[in-house]
Amino acid sequence: MGGESFGKIFWRNFTKNRLALLGAAVVIVLFIVSIFASYLSSYSPDQIDVTQILNPPSRAHIFGTDELGRDVFTRILYGSRISLKVGFVAVGIATLIGVILGSISGFYGKWVDSLVMRVVDIMLCFPSFFLILAVISILEPSIYNIMIVIGVTGWMGVARLVRAEFLSLKERDFVVAARAIGAGNLRVMFSHVLPNAMAPVLVSATLGVAAAVLTESALSFLGIGVQPPTPSWGNILTEGKDNIEIAWWLSLFPGFAILITVLSYNLLGEGIRDSLDPRLNI
Amino acid sequence: MMKHRLVAVFAVLILLMGSGACRKENKSALSPSQEGKVYEPEYGDTLIEGSIGDASTLLPHIASDSASHEIADLIYNGLVRYNKDLIIEGVLADSWKVSEDGLTITFNLRKNVKWHDGVPFTSKDVMFTYKLMIDPKTPTAYSGDFLRVKKAEAPDDYTFKVTYDKPFAPALITWSTWILPAHLLEGKDISNVEFGRNPVGTGPYKFKEWKTGEKIVIVSNNDYFEGRPYISRVIYRIIPDNQTMFLELQAGGVDEMGLTPLQYSRQTDTPPFRNNFQKFRYPSFGYTFLGFNLKDEKFKDKKIRHAISYAVNKKEIIDGVNLSLATESVGPYRSDMWANNPNVNKYPYNPEKSKLLFAEAGWKDSDGDGLLEKNGKKFEFTIITNQGNSMRARTAEIIQKNLKDVGINVKIRIVEWAAFLKDFIHKKNFEAIILGWSIPIEPDLYDVWHSSKTGPDELNFISFSNPEVDKLLEAGRSTFNLEERKKAYGRIQEILADEQPYVFLFVPDSLPAISARFKNIKPEPAGINYNFIKWFVPKELQKFTEMTP
Amino acid sequence: MGTYLIKRFGAMIPLLFGITLISFIVIHLAPGEPTDLATEFNPKASVQAKQQLRELYGLNKPLHVQYFDWLQRVVKFDFGRSFSPDRRLVIDKINERIWITIGINTISLFIIVLIAIPLGVFSATYQYSMFDKISTVIVFLGFAVPTFWLALLLMILFGVNLGWLPISGLKSIDYDNMTFIGKMLDLGRHIVLPLFVSVFGGFAGLSRYSRSNMLEVIRQDYITTARSKGLEERTVIGKHALRNALLPVITILGFSLPGLIGGSVIFETIFAIPGMGQLFYMAVMSRDYPVIMGELVIGAFLTLVGNLIADISYALADPRIRL
Repeated sequence: MGGESFGKIFWRNFTKNRLALLGAAVVIVLFIVSIFASYLSSYSPDQIDVTQILNPPSRAHIFGTDELGRDVFTRILYGSRISLKVGFVAVGIATLIGVILGSISGFYGKWVDSLVMRVVDIMLCFPSFFLILAVISILEPSIYNIMIVIGVTGWMGVARLVRAEFLSLKERDFVVAARAIGAGNLRVMFSHVLPNAMAPVLVSATLGVAAAVLTESALSFLGIGVQPPTPSWGNILTEGKDNIEIAWWLSLFPGFAILITVLSYNLLGEGIRDSLDPRLNI
Repeated sequence: MMKHRLVAVFAVLILLMGSGACRKENKSALSPSQEGKVYEPEYGDTLIEGSIGDASTLLPHIASDSASHEIADLIYNGLVRYNKDLIIEGVLADSWKVSEDGLTITFNLRKNVKWHDGVPFTSKDVMFTYKLMIDPKTPTAYSGDFLRVKKAEAPDDYTFKVTYDKPFAPALITWSTWILPAHLLEGKDISNVEFGRNPVGTGPYKFKEWKTGEKIVIVSNNDYFEGRPYISRVIYRIIPDNQTMFLELQAGGVDEMGLTPLQYSRQTDTPPFRNNFQKFRYPSFGYTFLGFNLKDEKFKDKKIRHAISYAVNKKEIIDGVNLSLATESVGPYRSDMWANNPNVNKYPYNPEKSKLLFAEAGWKDSDGDGLLEKNGKKFEFTIITNQGNSMRARTAEIIQKNLKDVGINVKIRIVEWAAFLKDFIHKKNFEAIILGWSIPIEPDLYDVWHSSKTGPDELNFISFSNPEVDKLLEAGRSTFNLEERKKAYGRIQEILADEQPYVFLFVPDSLPAISARFKNIKPEPAGINYNFIKWFVPKELQKFTEMTP
Repeated sequence: MGTYLIKRFGAMIPLLFGITLISFIVIHLAPGEPTDLATEFNPKASVQAKQQLRELYGLNKPLHVQYFDWLQRVVKFDFGRSFSPDRRLVIDKINERIWITIGINTISLFIIVLIAIPLGVFSATYQYSMFDKISTVIVFLGFAVPTFWLALLLMILFGVNLGWLPISGLKSIDYDNMTFIGKMLDLGRHIVLPLFVSVFGGFAGLSRYSRSNMLEVIRQDYITTARSKGLEERTVIGKHALRNALLPVITILGFSLPGLIGGSVIFETIFAIPGMGQLFYMAVMSRDYPVIMGELVIGAFLTLVGNLIADISYALADPRIRL
């Protein structure tokens, strides 16, 4: 085994991939925007002004105003916080559950594996949006419930990935060696096998953020996501839908924001995946 | 009745009664060339009405949604109804007499009325409907008033007599309920019949077809006893989304719908719209309010409620949420109703006065953070309202802002309807709430304001209790004498205004838009639908000509 | 083959049990009860009347009894009666609508396959070319565009501004008076926009997957062998690479099914299409338990069936697999 380290290969591939870099750049910008939202606009997101209802974009309001005269640009800025929060926490939960279950399943095998895989199969049978919809409207629409539900219904892919990695790595030399020197099961799992499984999990998580953002906006659009007055891209779009003929700016900008966010995370995720593939180095 | 869906409100408001007396703008908008032209009524054409929800059943007694009731109103008749001036008139009853002691009402039924299947209507049908309503096996929510009847008799085919325990003024309008055909339903299990999908009534329209989720078609009953309706066919098209419906309206796929204030004021003033449609505007039969949970410590002091009332800028709400297409509400009635008392305390927007009153009650901003405190605690509470009604949500947001200006921190929580009822309303687990009531034409408000109506499923969920009001409510409903009733309700309104258990907010306007080809639509206190059977389309403007009524 | 089918159906049963159990538990987390809506804040609904309704719907029995009662009936495809005032059989309500959803989704899937696979294959074959780059962009857009946004924009453009297409429902008002051809055309015009939105939302995944599969296959030794044998590139790709690349794609089709069924909620509501998605949303909003559970079970069942079909097709297509 000579040549460059894994990390270096990854980095080289990644930086050569223009689209991936673009995705990464946008992701970073989005972070900055959501953290520094209050500095980027002089308005507050819940600043009502009934004399400015549904005004088209102008110098005072570059993205126009909404049904209560609030500045849309500001609300979109703050909306990024919701989208990203939900995205990360939901994916965090899903990944956590997926990694734990996948590890246990892949490592111990036998009936544990069967059981976990049965559960995965059952969960995969449900049209996930149906399930999410049903649970959210039964509990109460709050940002926490959304995060939890999206997380709890989205771990199956990660679990399978991790399990697959475990199954293939279980018999590899370094694992056998580790056991030979007496390392305990858990230790083997976590310090030896798991790190190797992380790469595809990272890809899955990145793509998962994109999916979670889309799901959150769909739920908010249907009115069972984040509640007003908190701005979320999805619930601004609801206003956009209600006023579609006279307030195109309410539809265009938030929809665009979702598009850019999801796109950039997808590009990033795909970029990571491509960069991890050693065979791409042709 | 609670209307929890904005859009259902608008679907219903089309058929609800509205007043023309205080409103100026109730002329139809016809194109210049048509202005002034007088048309002769002609039979024919179809009216396509947009409906947000599908009816659940056309047995309206076991339904609670407005779509079912709206359509049922054209298929069935009651014994009586309200006319265009909101006075009770007879329909299936030619006349009626209330006995001296106010305990018995005798209805003389109209003769020569036939059910849609040709069978004659008789008092047997009224008796059957009554028995159905009080039958515990009938899954109806409307049995309350019927259970008060002590004795019901049908001495002959065209007479129906009911006797009550005590004089009960609202009794008369109870009999506007839809009368069902005994010969088709007698002995059947009402919750399992196909009748609800294939109804037979005595009304101006006969049921033709129901494609679930798509449309309901009714056609004119040419033998209708009040005269054959001019419009030959009515189709209810189910379009669950208001925006889509508006697009359909403009595209000609729908002839009538209720507009939102935005659509009314900003999207319907173009020449093409004005040429092809007529818009109407009149106050609806409902009001929106902010209610306080009177068992909550914070709201027990009347002064606090006054303070909040002064802090709420009702005009800002009307301008912001309704685009000025609403009137301020100061009590449970509409200003044009006979029971309304205009001389009650009002609370015009006055944040300074509000702060003063809070200070008098001990709430001051002692630490300069802009929020009021008392004994170290800040004044904050949560307003809840139901999901699916963006007007209420926006009203809440404006109130939130108004109260922040005087130093109160308000949170808003929007809850899905079923949970809203079960977890918050019925358990009285709330601090403040924004909701709407419909304004009944019959002024009896017992169910909402009487101190006995505070059970978990009942309507006085704010726990309002005032002995004088209780007595007046009893008095108001126990006499048929209009003057006495008026006095009682007048005094009740004074007390309500003084107590401010609600901050009464606004009465929204009904804003229907109807294709210009329909003539003879005239807004009256009752709205525009009181003479629906007399609407017509001149032959040269008719759109749907071939059909089989 | 027969034993395989039996084994697969057998495996479906515990899955179905798990599905119904989960559905039942989830629904009963709900704080509301259906009778709350039937009596909907009506001043005229007395407490007595409401109690009657509760007993009528059997809501006063303990939970596990309710579940087994329900399960016994589900096995016979009896999902009970809807809690909504029309009290119709759940199976009837679903039956009216399921074919529409399945129909649209099937056509959608068909079109997706027609577009996505060639797209993916050509992208792989001419990797890094302009075509590949452009189609990559389109595919990523397909992943990222919120379909409800797209639906609205299209409705405005084609429905209102241009007036070319109807914007809601499946049929025009005077559908029944049309000739057969007229009817077909009418349905077609109504379906164009919903179909477009459905396809746009669904083709990206398949395209991406076929591309990556194709890429993998192309790198295989046997392709190099074929090339070195002097075969035309067209034969190499068309005959050898393609068939091997497409096999896994078939299984993906099966997995697309729940997505299509679930995605129908939004666009059915926007386009006012009387399908399963719209029914589900309304049932959820009104706590119509029997309908919700019926739909969850049937939705999951359809997925199982879809996967089964995918597996069988895969087995038929791949000569290496012996069932």
